[in-house]
Amino acid sequence: MHNNYIYIAVMALVSYAIRVLPLTLIRKPIKNRFIRSFLYYVPYVTLSVMTFPAIINATQSPISGAAALIAGILAAYLGAGLLPVAVICCGVVFVLELFC
Amino acid sequence: MNNTKSTTQKNKRTVYAFSKDIYMRGMRDGFPIALGYFAVSFSLGIAARKAGLTPLQGFFASLFNNASAGEYAAFALIATGASYLEVAIITLIANARYLLMSCALAQRFAPGTPFYHRLLIGYDVTDELFGITIGRPGYINPFYTYGAITIAAPAWAVGTALGIIAGNLLPLRVVSALSVALYGMFLAIIIPPAKRSRIIAGLVAVSFALSLACGYIPLVSSMSEGTRTIILTVLISCAAAIIFPVKNEEGENNAQ
Repeated sequence: MHNNYIYIAVMALVSYAIRVLPLTLIRKPIKNRFIRSFLYYVPYVTLSVMTFPAIINATQSPISGAAALIAGILAAYLGAGLLPVAVICCGVVFVLELFC
Repeated sequence: MNNTKSTTQKNKRTVYAFSKDIYMRGMRDGFPIALGYFAVSFSLGIAARKAGLTPLQGFFASLFNNASAGEYAAFALIATGASYLEVAIITLIANARYLLMSCALAQRFAPGTPFYHRLLIGYDVTDELFGITIGRPGYINPFYTYGAITIAAPAWAVGTALGIIAGNLLPLRVVSALSVALYGMFLAIIIPPAKRSRIIAGLVAVSFALSLACGYIPLVSSMSEGTRTIILTVLISCAAAIIFPVKNEEGENNAQ
């Protein structure tokens, strides 16, 4: 059995190191093209992988999760910000699950 | 360190000096971010609860991590009783983008800015706070970012704790609706760049497809979700970096 506080300490340590090491150590731009490219693509890939198909399994019914995914993509595509997109996704699920 | 050269920095000292106006401006710009954080961290709290965290543990986890995707991925692993090393690796992978953002921010400190400002800014480099900090012209005034952090970080931590508490009290339908808030925020981060770049749009589609496929492929499907996320992220990002290397400035300017 693992200890939750150690988990939290591990997470905190890694999160802080990732942010503070470049800030303190790197004063010049990274030159290596592969590393730059890799770091550039990582956020989009991670977030995509974590969003789908997880969003469909997060809700009571897969249909409302799928609808939230489509609504969220549309809203973000049309320029809605962080909070509006999150609220729209929640709203779609809530309304649909009243009927499903 | 450039601290010793003081003569040329006389007129730049104002750039990083404390100013109430700048601090208040940061708080004002941080307000909508804090609102968004509150809503999203509430849904993060629901995930933390599934991992068996108490409200206090959730509060500390969020206070010291300030990472939506990173925390979510870690909680998913903790829920399965993963090893500390696995949690460290997923935190590293899911937060790898902050490495790039910190590299970009590191370039924007005025010469002579006291070292401790770098340590403090490093506390809360997130997509949104990075966005508003780097979005300001010229050198960084850390007090602008501190203003935003002052209001955004507590909202994030309190929201997580409340999510853990209320996830228990709210009707199932409400929890179900709130649990997609986090994914909504992820979409709000990945879709706008995908709209601007066909490569990123393609990557998002490929990531969706492979992530779905991994649930069905024998052997891979028996791995934990967190491990699959690590493997897929490294593989797809490496492939993309080899096939579509970014041009010089792209890596930093579009990372917002």
